[in-house]
Amino acid sequence: MTTPGGDAGSEVVPSGGEAGFDDATAPSGGFRKGAFGVSGSGDTSGFGGLVRVEPGGAVALHSTDRPYGGWFDEVTDALIDAVGQATYDAAVLRVLVDRGEITYFVAREHLLTLAQALRDDEALRFELCSSVSGVDYLDSGGPAADATRPRLHVVLHLTSMTYRRRIRLELAVTAEDPHVPSVTGIYPTADWHERETFDMFGIVFDGHPALTRILMPDDWDGHPQRKDYPLGGVPVEYHGATIPPPDTRRAYR
Amino acid sequence: MSTVYNEADPYAGSRETTEGRVYTVTGGDWDLTFADPHDEDRLVVNMGPQHPSTHGVLRLVLDLEGETVTKARVVIGYLHTGIEKNTEYRNWVQGTTFVTRMDYLSPLFNEAGYCLAVEKLLGIEAPQRAQTIRVLVMELNRIASHLVALATFGMEMGALTGMTNGFREREMVLDVLEEITGLRMNHAYIRPGGLAQDLPEGAVESVRDLLKILPKRVADFHRLLTGQPIWQNRLKDAGYLDVTGCVALGVTGPILRAAGLPWDLRKVEPYLGYETYDFEVPTADTSDAWGRYLVRMAEVNESLKIVAQALDRLEPGPVMVDDRKIAWPAQLSLGADGMGNSLDHVRTIMGQSMESLIHHFKLVTEGFRVPAGQVYVPIESPRGELGFHVVSDGGTRPWRVHVRDPSFVNLQATAAMSEGGMIADVIAAIASIDPVMGGVDR
Repeated sequence: MTTPGGDAGSEVVPSGGEAGFDDATAPSGGFRKGAFGVSGSGDTSGFGGLVRVEPGGAVALHSTDRPYGGWFDEVTDALIDAVGQATYDAAVLRVLVDRGEITYFVAREHLLTLAQALRDDEALRFELCSSVSGVDYLDSGGPAADATRPRLHVVLHLTSMTYRRRIRLELAVTAEDPHVPSVTGIYPTADWHERETFDMFGIVFDGHPALTRILMPDDWDGHPQRKDYPLGGVPVEYHGATIPPPDTRRAYR
Repeated sequence: MSTVYNEADPYAGSRETTEGRVYTVTGGDWDLTFADPHDEDRLVVNMGPQHPSTHGVLRLVLDLEGETVTKARVVIGYLHTGIEKNTEYRNWVQGTTFVTRMDYLSPLFNEAGYCLAVEKLLGIEAPQRAQTIRVLVMELNRIASHLVALATFGMEMGALTGMTNGFREREMVLDVLEEITGLRMNHAYIRPGGLAQDLPEGAVESVRDLLKILPKRVADFHRLLTGQPIWQNRLKDAGYLDVTGCVALGVTGPILRAAGLPWDLRKVEPYLGYETYDFEVPTADTSDAWGRYLVRMAEVNESLKIVAQALDRLEPGPVMVDDRKIAWPAQLSLGADGMGNSLDHVRTIMGQSMESLIHHFKLVTEGFRVPAGQVYVPIESPRGELGFHVVSDGGTRPWRVHVRDPSFVNLQATAAMSEGGMIADVIAAIASIDPVMGGVDR
């Protein structure tokens, strides 16, 4: 994995706590309770509260060395030309080529510089922001669960209609400091995507014109798509009787 | 393991009372709306979420000066059902039954996009026959979806015969889909690795019969609406949005093509062998509701062409991958009670092979595992780019499924299309976007 550049790194780069596969950075924790995928045991129901190693971080930690192959090198070179080698080194923490898709893991301080270059540079021309969304890589319940880990990822999918290429930008923040610059100034379409990501993950997009909840009610507590937010929601009160949420009626965990 | 969220919401002030915490909701920007009570010409009209012309549970807050719209705000979320969250609690196959319910007018596209994403994660490809049938049912679905778009277009413009005709024709398509998949909507027919089952006997003939009737009905639709002066006057120059505006706002599908850009993922990033089918990408250069209407009408004809070609190239063969660690172990068959497991299969695993029984049980209850990683798979749904961002942690359930629903993105263009226009044109603009709230809110 790439060495983190500057102050940004310690905050933005997963410190290794998310690893499940990477031996060098294997965490002491990284466990998750009570889901399917338990091996070496007869229980497949998932309801037994069994403990298993959490491989969620595998996605977040591997990196690919150059050459990446295909047009990936072309785009990367064009990006380096557009922003300069120094900025690129500071901005792109590592690159992952997997299943024919390229992911740039970026430092949030440089997201806007990169996005602007990706949209405007003649050799890049990523005119369309297909989607902005979040992923929560949390190890809930394990000893590694810790508020300082960058568990919340923001994923941007950019499309070049000129060259018919797609790339992914990804950045990670902690739940304590979930601030990411908004790309609405560059891609106006990100407006609702970012509102949804804020609504669902509590990631705050600085510079967004009106970052309010979009799918959940305005007075909702919490951010439902975080992994530590239970499925099943809230108890419902009706004529004085309280109906418990489904997750306490049935053992979904 | 439930976490209690007590942190204050930065966008809603709150105070503690004897009844519990009470919030002051500011998110709806109503204080901005009513900041100037002395402006007498200004009228704020709330439309929806229950309104026959808002295309579902869509809510519009319109600032009016006379009949001119100065501000159009769109409020969504009334149909939010947490489908993305739910998929994280079910196995990969069950995910199909969730995503099919998002954009309920194009369920087969949701299934196909999801399954293509899962297959990309798994590194497998569905057999040829399954791919051809996927194209076949998707294009039938596109016809049904466009017919609803055209029907509701008519209804919202006051052309009620357009609605009854459109829904009548759509029902014919749905009858065929029901014959093939067992259900009118929410089929769960396309599964990771292939299809739930092969085409039933007689289905090909039903599709051929449909292909004989539909072109005539499309021509009737043209006769009913296209030449009509009222229809033209309502649609022309309403809801204008050019290519630059579309790309900036992320708008894809018929709206982008009606602005003149022939951007169709079936052509530019082909999947499921679309590059081998002979069809055109209809465009218009008007950038308005009229162009979108014409593009959709033309796309129905193009889809009919693709369906005919798919029928011609159907070869016998498997409709599910060979890998018994992924393919559902039992072939479904029609029992006395309708759809059900194959009794032969049940007899085999119950009576003869303990291993098969275990394998069946594991695959059905626990499900297969998908190697860790993430993919983004876009396909061309009737409304534009339908993208599936699927993340796996290596387990038997998705770690995250995010759906880039075209309705959700396209709906953002409402303000750009209707501000400065007349209030009647707002309806034309929304109808021409053709949002499906099930997909918008998920």
